[in-house]
Amino acid sequence: MECKLVPSICSYCGTGCGLLFEVIDDQIVNTLPMKTHPVNEGKLCIKGWNLHEHVNSFLRLKQPLIKTFGRFIKADWNEAIGLAADRFRNIIDQYGPDSVGVLVSAKITNEENYLAQKFARAVIGTNNVDHCARL
Amino acid sequence: MAGLAAAFGSGAMTNSIAEIEDAGCILIIGSNTTSCHPLIARRVLRAKEKGAKLIVADPRNIQLSRFADVSVNHRLGSDVALLNGMMHLILQNDWHAKQYIAERTEGFEALEETLKAYTPEKVQAITGVDVHDLGKITQLYATHPPASLLYAMGITQHTTGVDNVKSCCNLAMLCGNVGVYGGGVNPLRGQNNVQGACDMGGLPNVLTGYQPVTDAGVREKFAQAWGRDIPEKPGLTITDMVPAMLEGKLKGLYVIGENPKLSDPDWNHLNHALKQLDFLVVQDLFLSETAQVADVVFSAASVAEKEGTVTNTERRCMRLHKAVDPIHNTLPDWEIISRLSTAMAYDMSYENPEAIFNEIASLTPNSYAGMTYERMGLDGLQWPCPDPHHPGTPYLHKDKFARGKGRFHALEYQDPAEMPDEEYPYFLTTGRMFAHFHTGTMTRVSPHLDVEQKTGYAEINPTDAGKLTVNEGDILVLSSRRGRMEAPAHVTESVEPGTIFLPIHFGENPTNVLTDAEAFDPLAKIPEFKVSAVKIEKLTIE
Repeated sequence: MECKLVPSICSYCGTGCGLLFEVIDDQIVNTLPMKTHPVNEGKLCIKGWNLHEHVNSFLRLKQPLIKTFGRFIKADWNEAIGLAADRFRNIIDQYGPDSVGVLVSAKITNEENYLAQKFARAVIGTNNVDHCARL
Repeated sequence: MAGLAAAFGSGAMTNSIAEIEDAGCILIIGSNTTSCHPLIARRVLRAKEKGAKLIVADPRNIQLSRFADVSVNHRLGSDVALLNGMMHLILQNDWHAKQYIAERTEGFEALEETLKAYTPEKVQAITGVDVHDLGKITQLYATHPPASLLYAMGITQHTTGVDNVKSCCNLAMLCGNVGVYGGGVNPLRGQNNVQGACDMGGLPNVLTGYQPVTDAGVREKFAQAWGRDIPEKPGLTITDMVPAMLEGKLKGLYVIGENPKLSDPDWNHLNHALKQLDFLVVQDLFLSETAQVADVVFSAASVAEKEGTVTNTERRCMRLHKAVDPIHNTLPDWEIISRLSTAMAYDMSYENPEAIFNEIASLTPNSYAGMTYERMGLDGLQWPCPDPHHPGTPYLHKDKFARGKGRFHALEYQDPAEMPDEEYPYFLTTGRMFAHFHTGTMTRVSPHLDVEQKTGYAEINPTDAGKLTVNEGDILVLSSRRGRMEAPAHVTESVEPGTIFLPIHFGENPTNVLTDAEAFDPLAKIPEFKVSAVKIEKLTIE
């Protein structure tokens, strides 16, 4: 049995508590507060203590989906990415780059937000990029 | 954040979470801190133990109200009047920081002029806070420095959201509380990387570190780095995207990790708008309400399955470490975006998130330039961190405001867009509860959180419940000018008579059926979730 503690940051709310995922044989079994962390000093709230539960949920999406005649069909990455790229390309060609919008997220990382707005600005060619801080 | 940037020059929490413990007085306005930011509430209680004074101003009786030295329930949407009333009394009692105002701020004279009219009697008439209580909270705030002001969505989700924030800034500067340890104006961000999403240029008018797209020099720098021209015209905000979809101007939408169907104002309006799109891609962990109406769904890896950084409400950039591999056929969001870009003939091949971070640091001179994965360690670094030897910045505006001088804004109180009337006699407000997060996509699938609260509900005061002969658990029908919904009644003194409260987490009781997409702050484009007018009836089965 292999056991490790992997440092991370809580996803719920903007406080940013430091925590440790307890991983046994490649399964996250628990979330523990990080004692040394300057924000939460070894404490967590009920949401933080249960952070691993959403990771392990059986309701997680397991593969890309493509809607065909109103129903989702399981797809692989090449199909899903290829379809999205073609459709966005067609829309841009027909209506211009400002006919596409990108909503980035307060739930993804800095690196991912950076790439998402880079995608909007450099790849699509629009500043139509926003997120839900307003909501 | 537009209000903070206008007053101080930087749209972020001015001070650090740990400093709250050392405040002399804490004013909490429009934040249900124990529910939404429990580990910040802990600091507030620690401060109290150390002798700090605590003031809670909230339309509801929240948990922290019970710990407060003085707690007031000002009427929904009357924040500007309340804060103006406090400042009126501060000037009257000569409690303001005269030297600080003279040396570090501008616009004081105009504010002073406006404040003259906000006598305690007038403020009582608008806010419902009695003259005596107003005097007490003002005295506590003004005479126990450093005073820290904490606020959240209760301040911002109004048609006057920017004015509310500016008023908070006015109050703090009037007493010299900005740029000092333990003081400040501290917005508590609702989601774990809202600060980071803004810092990274996830906004229609700025690139990373708030560098404006309208600045030719900035565009040139990014064009060099990215090999593509950067469009000059600021883009659409989320609030502007909805009408653009309805008018057929916005044809394609890529939604990453968001569930706007539940979080946007006016569900019916948005639902209709999404149907007008030619193509919708949603990238998420779950088949959220929004993902269900998508054409393509990208299955994303979770927080535990990738590397990267997030920036918390106190500007602290911290690392996530990968604990396990992505499950099944999921990919980290950064990899999905890279693949989509590459498929659209723009090569985006990064070895890992660290390589992306280094690109960010190289393009973001003042705030992130001095940060590396190695320097962040486990504690993270707080921006501004301009060079590799800079230790990071626990509190902002120390000797000088980011914009030079702190700016006072003279503001008049304005009514919310919708006030109760004969047809819709109740105030409706919305908010969050301790066990759930935002639209519930993550917390409601978590067994230990789901069990705490399985359904939505509507809080109603016992007086109103009596009038309508409603008991705990009876189904209420709530309707507004936009739509109607049902929810079981929760009879509680938490809400004042005449006010109904709904939590936002539950898709089967969508509060945004009732709220108004047309009512939003003209500058910040934040919808007025916190105030609308409704009527309520008891559901009777015939």
